[in-house]
Amino acid sequence: METQTIKLQATDSQATERITGKEAIIRCLLAEGVDTIYGYPGGAIMPVYDELYKYQDQINHILTRHEQGATHAAQGYARVSGRVGVAIATSGPGATNLITGIADAQIDSTPMVCITGQVASHLLGSDAFQETDIIGISTPVTKWNCQVTKASEIPEVIAKAFYIARSGRPGPVLIDITKDAQFEEFDFKYKKCTAIRSYKPVPQLNLDEVAAAAKIINAAKKPLIVWGQGVILGKAEEEFKNVVEKSGIPAAWTILGASAIPTDHPLNVGMVGMHGNYAPNMLTNECDVLIAIGMRFDDRVTGDLNTYAKQAQVIHFEIDPAEVNKNVTADVAVLGNSKESLAALLPLLEEKSHTEWHQRFKDMYTIEYDKIINDDIHPTKEGLTMGEVLEGINTVTKGEAVIVSDVGQHQMIACRYAKFNKSKSNITSGGLGTMGFALPAAIGAQMGAPDRPVVAIIGDGGYQMTIQELGTIFQTKVPVKIVVLNNDFLGMVRQWQQLFFDRRYASTEMVNPDFVAIAKGYFIDAQKVTKREELAGAIETMLASDGPYFLEVKVEKEDNVFPMIPSGASVSDIRLE
Amino acid sequence: MSEIKTFTVSIYTENNIGLLNRISAIFQRRKINIESLNTSMSEIEGVSRFVIVINVTEEQIKKIIGQLEKQVEVIKAFYHTDEQTIFLETCLFKIKSDLLFEERQIQNIIKESNAQIVTVNKEFFVLEKAGRRSEIELLYRELSAFGIMQFVRSGRIAVTKDEMKISTMLAEFAE
Repeated sequence: METQTIKLQATDSQATERITGKEAIIRCLLAEGVDTIYGYPGGAIMPVYDELYKYQDQINHILTRHEQGATHAAQGYARVSGRVGVAIATSGPGATNLITGIADAQIDSTPMVCITGQVASHLLGSDAFQETDIIGISTPVTKWNCQVTKASEIPEVIAKAFYIARSGRPGPVLIDITKDAQFEEFDFKYKKCTAIRSYKPVPQLNLDEVAAAAKIINAAKKPLIVWGQGVILGKAEEEFKNVVEKSGIPAAWTILGASAIPTDHPLNVGMVGMHGNYAPNMLTNECDVLIAIGMRFDDRVTGDLNTYAKQAQVIHFEIDPAEVNKNVTADVAVLGNSKESLAALLPLLEEKSHTEWHQRFKDMYTIEYDKIINDDIHPTKEGLTMGEVLEGINTVTKGEAVIVSDVGQHQMIACRYAKFNKSKSNITSGGLGTMGFALPAAIGAQMGAPDRPVVAIIGDGGYQMTIQELGTIFQTKVPVKIVVLNNDFLGMVRQWQQLFFDRRYASTEMVNPDFVAIAKGYFIDAQKVTKREELAGAIETMLASDGPYFLEVKVEKEDNVFPMIPSGASVSDIRLE
Repeated sequence: MSEIKTFTVSIYTENNIGLLNRISAIFQRRKINIESLNTSMSEIEGVSRFVIVINVTEEQIKKIIGQLEKQVEVIKAFYHTDEQTIFLETCLFKIKSDLLFEERQIQNIIKESNAQIVTVNKEFFVLEKAGRRSEIELLYRELSAFGIMQFVRSGRIAVTKDEMKISTMLAEFAE
């Protein structure tokens, strides 16, 4: 960090220096504090790679095995560290391969800067080799994007990119730089961007709105908080905890809000949404005040909007004005950064305990525990369950691990049962639901939090979508722990086929390869567990290992994830079986 | 279910390449057809103005304005009903010159419609008409009886009856 600070001081000045565009790119990245880049070289970005060679003592470039892996790794890094993730790729296919990760980062508000090489400016629009209109392609899935054709534009555009990516509601930015601009010489100086005329990242906090919210909250008999990632992105964990504890209001989380307060906090009543917990879903349609904090009322959370919390007054704490009244109409909207909003709210709140109301959550938890949770995490049937694997991981990690999950049944199980003691511990693809996310994201997460255990929980389907990143793990020796919960099915799709498509298992059964042999082929320690008595020992061995480790657990082929709110149904139509 | 109405959307933006793509994508992904689109400089130096006409409900337009303002390079977006704006379109007709001299009725139509002759040569003359859509459509119908060689109509341009406080807002942005 010290080196970067010195570099920043050296570049963020009025002094100019004649250098090439390619060197300017690296200098700008250093000035923004970038220490790690995920990427893949190719023709149009080769000048930048040539420059990276010179700067390799200052910037760690991670060669992923696919550009999609670079974006997911950058996302994992950003989500765990709270810094901007950086991915680079060449033009054409390199650039288009970034799109899935960019779209994922956009919907999950992840700060990321992607830099793509582009054909020389005189070839633009000529269908040149590896030319594609990546600005056009990425426009709907970026917070901002920009094409650079002159070296002199590089510093200002990169400065803007980092400012936009990390400020306000964070998001991905793409900069496309032509090859001639990378070679061109110009007089370089760097100035960090701190404001853009047309862009107001954080709305001005209105204290009247805060007071109005406090008045409704203080008068509530059955209030419910639903918090999302906005608490984590706003670095408002402490303020949030204070609000929850002083108001005594039961608080439930969306999938991306997980870990903002510890799982075992007495006021944490679990996850809302399609596979969330019974009590917070059911009681959403019974609460008299619903306090949404840094969440966007995603359809997986609300189910049928026509029946969602219709009886409740809704208070929405939100940084993005476009999210207010988008899906659910708010009686009071408090615009602003969650850290400031919640800090302003706290002194206005009355201390309460809501004992009877809490008892309703506890009673419903008991029902869910007896019907579902106990069988999931302490099964008595022969086949292994995904839940008991998570419980086994909890036992060893004691809630200290970063859990990176892919998408599917195992993801819902991981989010339901993993214990989180620290913020930024649940890294998953929430909004886009990207299979293939977890393996590369775990690489980035481990680099973003080198002192914490990182455990990737992946299904057999998603694992094979980006399995090539085992090569990155092998080469970098990043000590990520990979757990594949293998049911030889695309489990979530199969579950839907069972429940809603008359058990017609169209193309969901997978004949899988020898995953252990593949891991070992990449020189990664690996083992496979098929019996319950082997599980605890295998998890201990995995977590005790110094390097990367692969663990395959053969789980029941046709287990389902419950509770479940069928798509489009009301949250109170939640099914326990 | 609220009623579908015609709204004029005014978007003040930075004058940057690629912004049209970003703005049109907001309408496209919601399957909203743009009835008319015009971009030009605005009253503020360096600030562009989009004027877009769409037919949607008031609930939809509010959400669209939110999405438009979310774009980094959009300074401010407004929406107005027809009653709140002074608006017009402009059009050009290319017509055979013979008709101008041989069909007396055409001269009357030009006079009554307040259209302007832009140019005349041996082959054709060009007529320009600015006004409400209904006036332009009436003129089109009247002239089409004689034959129109070419016709083109611009997007709507509009100014509001009330003051648009964009300059004050820009001053606030600068603070």
